[in-house]
Amino acid sequence: MSLDLSTDNQSLRAAVRDYAQSVVKPQAAETDRLHRFPEEAISAAGELDLMGILIPSEYGGAGLDHLAFTICIEEIAAACASTAVIVDVHNSVACEPILLFGTEEQKRRWLPPMARGEVLGAFALTEPAAGSDAASLKTSARRSGDGYVLNGTKVFITNLGKAGLYLVFARTDPEAAGAAGVSAFLVPADTPGVKAGQVFSKMGLNGSPTGELVLEDVSVPAGNLLGELNRGFRIAMRALDSGRIGISGQALGIGRAAFEDALAYTKEREQFGQAVAQFQGLQWLLADLATQLEASRLLTYHAARLCSAGKPFTTEASMAKLFTTDTAMWIATNAVQLAGGYGYVNDYPFERYFRDAKAAQIYEGSNQVQRIVIARELLR
Amino acid sequence: MKIVVTVKQIPDPNAPQKLTSDNRLDRGGEAVLDPGDEYGVEAGLKLKEAHGGEVVLVSMGPAKAADAIRKGLSMGADRAIHVSDDSLAGADALLTAQILAAAIKPENPDLVICGTESTDGSTGMVPPMLAELLGMPQATFAKQVEVKGDKVSVHRQTNEGYEVVEAQAPALVTVTAGVGEPRYASLKGIMAARSKEVKKVELSALGIEKGSPAESVEGVADAETRKAGEVIEDDGNAAERILAFLVQVKAV
Ligand SMILES: Cc1cc2nc3c(=O)[nH]c(=O)nc-3n(C[C@H](O)[C@H](O)[C@H](O)COP(=O)(O)OP(=O)(O)OC[C@H]3O[C@@H](n4cnc5c(N)ncnc54)[C@H](O)[C@@H]3O)c2cc1C
Repeated sequence: MSLDLSTDNQSLRAAVRDYAQSVVKPQAAETDRLHRFPEEAISAAGELDLMGILIPSEYGGAGLDHLAFTICIEEIAAACASTAVIVDVHNSVACEPILLFGTEEQKRRWLPPMARGEVLGAFALTEPAAGSDAASLKTSARRSGDGYVLNGTKVFITNLGKAGLYLVFARTDPEAAGAAGVSAFLVPADTPGVKAGQVFSKMGLNGSPTGELVLEDVSVPAGNLLGELNRGFRIAMRALDSGRIGISGQALGIGRAAFEDALAYTKEREQFGQAVAQFQGLQWLLADLATQLEASRLLTYHAARLCSAGKPFTTEASMAKLFTTDTAMWIATNAVQLAGGYGYVNDYPFERYFRDAKAAQIYEGSNQVQRIVIARELLR
Repeated sequence: MKIVVTVKQIPDPNAPQKLTSDNRLDRGGEAVLDPGDEYGVEAGLKLKEAHGGEVVLVSMGPAKAADAIRKGLSMGADRAIHVSDDSLAGADALLTAQILAAAIKPENPDLVICGTESTDGSTGMVPPMLAELLGMPQATFAKQVEVKGDKVSVHRQTNEGYEVVEAQAPALVTVTAGVGEPRYASLKGIMAARSKEVKKVELSALGIEKGSPAESVEGVADAETRKAGEVIEDDGNAAERILAFLVQVKAV
């Protein structure tokens, strides 16, 4: 397997970078400061097919693989992590499960408008008492007539209030414990009883609304069940498996931006009569940051390639997510340090990279959970 | 309607420009589709959307110019013609216009669209020469291009506003940034570009034996460094003194 990117992926990167640097990046600071959903960037993403990256052309998408997808997310995240997480969650944990587990009818109904960016997707698994232990979720889906009635509260839902479609995981078998009795439902946001509750005030990713989704006697037809009854938990796990590759791309983008900006800053900033990058004490740090960043990239692309080739990739995706998000946090922390006091004020992007990077160590499985996944495979 | 858009790959204008030992622009580094030509492609695609037909890119340049051509195809152009020959390195405006004319003629386009000038060479001479060689009327500095029947009508940008100029098709127009922001290549556009035709044309196929520029660069000297200007402190009559200065240099 070649480590070089194909010419296709290089032109893809060039095109997405073009969009990210000229449309997304100029808005990034304001998106963060004003906690503003990046409408223009997301609608432009729809025009450029970035809202249907993995969706095949027969459903109106670009039909690209996970490596191409990861590159797209990396480029957007290097410009604005809020915008990238909106695009990432939509493509990976909302669109992809429909693609993998949906009936032909479900795919025809939902994928084309999602690919155009007209319907934004969201993934609703986490609950107040079910975080890392997601299988303990309590939201219920009761059989009623020829459909289901959902009740419960989800928290930490990305794209809350902006999504047109929520992929909701709910318990269909109250007797079964844990993962066994969980099913997945496609819940349109305009279904009566679906309410966007509190939007959390987060430390970062401020342009991406995350919060509480309240489901009160929400009736959906049986045709909105995604996959098999009581087998929805594996849909969630499969979505998160490849979702972690996207999150690795997100972290790679933030890490790269933090590194590149810090490098440029230390070459410009003079103290004691020379650029601070001339001090060996900083050079060794810069060398370490560059090395870890490169290792993250290889691990992430490796996981993406395995997934694209249809090979087992769960362990590698967890390794990539663990290593790349830890690296991004470490780079961002040091980027603040390298810029000194200016790194700590929001005239510069360093403190934003720092706040945005942190989330990636927590969501789509905390980095402790990634270690559980990796160790489980080792001890099999 | 058949529209030809001329495109050129240039060294990344955001990177420092260097000369080679024989006084040519160093084209070894990062290269991009000339931003001025992106407006040409955009204008061509808009006309195609309005009237149907096809947009054909024509480029002269080394093998790696294929990347710039690919970008234009990703934006939505239908196919391309790429003239490449080692003897064309260092081609001057006239030779370039001759090559482009020879490549464009067999296409019999209704309209040829060029940027006003290349961002690297900036002579602005290729489009008028090309129009002459193709025997087409030219309408330059267009900020808007419309086709009505067999007439091409443009809003020609001037310092004061614009002139409305009409020409009989086939015609050549040069376009400014006024035609509208070039579209970004979509992911589908990039994928579609892979299978679009890029016809490689050698000099011999154009009936030209070897490129021989009429012009050569004999020497290069740095521009005179600018002298410090005069600072006028305002002690009540700054306005009159500035006016006197402007009158003296005939600026007003
Ligand atoms: C910005 C953001 C966006 C999010 N978006 C979504 C979304 O769109 N949809 C969605 O469903 N969820 C989303 N989440 C939720 C996210 O997936 C959870 O926060 C995450 O799974 C952790 O759950 P928790 O917050 O309840 O932490 P807890 O599970 O309570 O964890 C607390 C601590 O204990 C550790 N821990 C837990 N179990 C173990 C164990 N067995 N061994 C060792 N350590 C352990 C954790 O690593 C953590 O350090 C988002 C979260 C954030 C911050």
